[in-house]
Amino acid sequence: MKRQFFNFKTILFSGILATSLISCGGNNEGDKTSGDDNTLLGAGSTFVNPLFSKLYSEYNKQTGLKVNYQSIGSGGGIQQLISKTVDFGASDAPLNDEQTTKMAAEAVHIPMCAGAVVLSYNLADVKDTLKFTPDVIAGMFQGTIKTWNDPAIAAINKGVKLPNTPIVIAHRSDGSGTTNIFTTYLSKVNAEWAVKPGKGSAINWPSGLGAKGNEGVAGLIKQTPGAIGYIELAYALQNKMAFGSIQNKGGQFILPSVASTSAAGNIQIPADAKISLTNTEAADGYPISGFTWALLYKEQKYNNRSEARATKLVNLLWWNIHEGQQYCEGLNYAKLSPAAVSVGETLLKSVTYDGKPLLK
Amino acid sequence: MKNRVRFRIGVSNVFEGIVALFAFLISLPLLAVIYYVLKTGLSKINLSFFSNIPKPVGELGGGIANALIGSLYIVAVATVIAVPIGILCGIFLSENKKSKLAYWSRLAVDIMQGIPSIVIGIVVYFWLVKTRHTFSALSGSVALAIMMLPVIVKSTEETLKLIPNPIKEAGYALGLPYHKVIMRIVLPCGFSGILSGALLAVARVAGETAPLLFTAFGNPYISHNMLKPMQSLPLLIFNYATSPYDEWHDLAWGASTILLIWVLLLNVTTKLITKRWKVQL
Amino acid sequence: MNMTAWKTFSYKKVRAESAFKRMLIVIAIIMVILAVSIFLTLLVESMPSLKALGIKYLWQRTWDPVTNNYGALPFLIGTILTSFLALIISIPFSYAIAIYLGEYKRTGWLSALLRNIVELVAAIPSVIYGFWALIVMVPLIRNLETKMGVVTYGVGILSASLILAVMIIPYAASLGRELILMVPSALKEGAYSLGATRFEVLRHIILPYTRSGMLAGLLLSLGRALGETMAVTMVIGNSSLIPTSIFSPGNTMASVIANEFTEADRTVYLSALIELGLVLFIVTVVINIIGKAIIKKFSSE
Repeated sequence: MKRQFFNFKTILFSGILATSLISCGGNNEGDKTSGDDNTLLGAGSTFVNPLFSKLYSEYNKQTGLKVNYQSIGSGGGIQQLISKTVDFGASDAPLNDEQTTKMAAEAVHIPMCAGAVVLSYNLADVKDTLKFTPDVIAGMFQGTIKTWNDPAIAAINKGVKLPNTPIVIAHRSDGSGTTNIFTTYLSKVNAEWAVKPGKGSAINWPSGLGAKGNEGVAGLIKQTPGAIGYIELAYALQNKMAFGSIQNKGGQFILPSVASTSAAGNIQIPADAKISLTNTEAADGYPISGFTWALLYKEQKYNNRSEARATKLVNLLWWNIHEGQQYCEGLNYAKLSPAAVSVGETLLKSVTYDGKPLLK
Repeated sequence: MKNRVRFRIGVSNVFEGIVALFAFLISLPLLAVIYYVLKTGLSKINLSFFSNIPKPVGELGGGIANALIGSLYIVAVATVIAVPIGILCGIFLSENKKSKLAYWSRLAVDIMQGIPSIVIGIVVYFWLVKTRHTFSALSGSVALAIMMLPVIVKSTEETLKLIPNPIKEAGYALGLPYHKVIMRIVLPCGFSGILSGALLAVARVAGETAPLLFTAFGNPYISHNMLKPMQSLPLLIFNYATSPYDEWHDLAWGASTILLIWVLLLNVTTKLITKRWKVQL
Repeated sequence: MNMTAWKTFSYKKVRAESAFKRMLIVIAIIMVILAVSIFLTLLVESMPSLKALGIKYLWQRTWDPVTNNYGALPFLIGTILTSFLALIISIPFSYAIAIYLGEYKRTGWLSALLRNIVELVAAIPSVIYGFWALIVMVPLIRNLETKMGVVTYGVGILSASLILAVMIIPYAASLGRELILMVPSALKEGAYSLGATRFEVLRHIILPYTRSGMLAGLLLSLGRALGETMAVTMVIGNSSLIPTSIFSPGNTMASVIANEFTEADRTVYLSALIELGLVLFIVTVVINIIGKAIIKKFSSE
């Protein structure tokens, strides 16, 4: 019994058996078609996570392709694309200079949808929708406006009874494109903010609490009375959170919605699609809007990638900007404007494998 | 004089009462946690919970099948890696107490026991994820295995040190070579101690999240491939608990219940084994 | 004389025996290599940040990914604050359990019950503690903050320290119990025979005797608290500012790494995070080694 158990040869044999089971057994199950090319890996923006989870579930029903998308933040998605551990990244901010250099090979930005960054707050007794001007927002986030009944806030919200609660700022603790959109907006509209703390995917916040992902910030706002934070419109609507209307460049107080976000995108889109929609010129556009881009390498032949895999990726993204757009509004994302779609099409057609374009 | 003595005895009794109170106060958070997790989680568990994968936000009927299967795979592979190596190292340390190598090896094991799990996760990321350009369940298992090693080594060493020398000498006297003495006499003798060490190590890593954050990565689908990303129970709990969606919160509570039950079962099993198969010296 | 002895001797068996012994030696060496490699990996990957920021990394107060200027001070303070606060909160409980199990009730069903409870506390995964603390404890702290008139964050240093304290109690407690069990009976009986009460024996004999050992136990608990990530990151508020009171949010080194590692988009940023890991590694390892050395010295005396 126990004596034979610990026979030396038995242990050696079981060790070899186990190792071979690990390395081979995994591959034999479930990948009966074309190796592991039936699962694509994506990572990045939490902004777009609810939309992506719906899109990929639908795509899987239609084509059987699986997409494993992890919402670790826009910066994370770019990092993983640079390390080539994922097929595509998703980001609410275009690549910055250092990232472009680190990527070595060229990457294309394909707009996926447009989204709005809303200012959501937790004031149980205030039933009206609050109005915010750019300077008030900057003041709150810089810590100069400390309570909700501050005269600056009261001045633009006449008739609303504001409580004496301290303002608790909720921001992202991880690097994110959502932060990038918000801080780019603040840098454009407030000269002091542009200098310090500036704009970026992660900044040195002057005050407030941090939470991980859009999910974390929304959770924090919901749980903390007097909190205000910036989250994506979809998260705010899905969780029935209150948010304010923002004064845009034209002077109008615009309530964030799918319509006003699409309106913000009705401008000329450059050929590389790298444009910020913040502080938009459009008269009825919501001023804190932005694209979410999917990023992939222009030349898909790297690291033993197969042509089949690259084709699947390009087809997936093509579907996203065409048939996939029908799912946007149901989840409170703004569809791409026709200009954005055609720029996306051109960029996807430029993706090559071994020099030859993948889409015919 | 008598009053003085009675006062001192009184002080002693009061002290005993205070100590007992403080000692048992620790059961409060324990009971609170277990009660809350079970209460919230049990109602969320039904049959589809075990067989489905998480659904997108807004759709009902999601489950945690991918995390359950993933956790089993990752922990099982970590155990297969860590247990043989750990036992062999424990044998070496218990047999060679004085040698220089034993000193450094023991120090290395002590160092590894003190390393925070997140740091191990970072290091394995650089060893196995960045180099191979893919997240993988295997790298997660390696990270967990590194965490299991000190526990297994220590418990094996302590168990084997308790085995009296005459037993080994009897083996030598019968002409058995060294490896047979160890494998067929010493190890079976210390079986229960070693087994409980292994089970404790498993229980410890079953609930670890930090090392898996940058290695196994997570996966919304069920995966059987150790060389690709995989979901695990603690990762799912962490990701869904910090989200604002009620459906995902429900999944996190249900998963917490399963994880809690699994860890508790492992601990209880360890105790039963130690009781039943105690080394009769 | 002994024909059987001749027959059983073979070079093959000798080789098998030495192969086994060699394998044991190899495995022991692998342990050393493993520990060293972990340290080296951390060191190598921290290089960009070490070169760019130098030693002032340790006392700079701003952690600014925009200007690529990193100072670890807020996180060092956050880590030390939460860990020491947790340690202080846990001391009465750890000591009480150690004394109770080591002196008052060494055996019996009550002792077994308490021992099982303590082991279970250590067994619960930290992510479950974090989740529970977020949902149950943080609102309670928020109520406390409302009553005290401070900003009702809920999350913050206090919440993190409380949940940490619960998690580290078992370590000092079980070590303390073993130490108290080791006190020689002769010493105790001597005191009893002189008419000391139980309390006096504890106060004058047992506790002074085990003082250094208990210190080691506290060091081990501290080591555990310093490296704890998951439970802390869910309730500490994740702010890069130096905390001003125990109700403010803060951040610890482990929590920052967990949050920002996957999306650090610049080389210096990433290596600054790894340098945090290096600091964490050195601090926890040193504390653990000191603790174990004290215990060894104590048990061999």
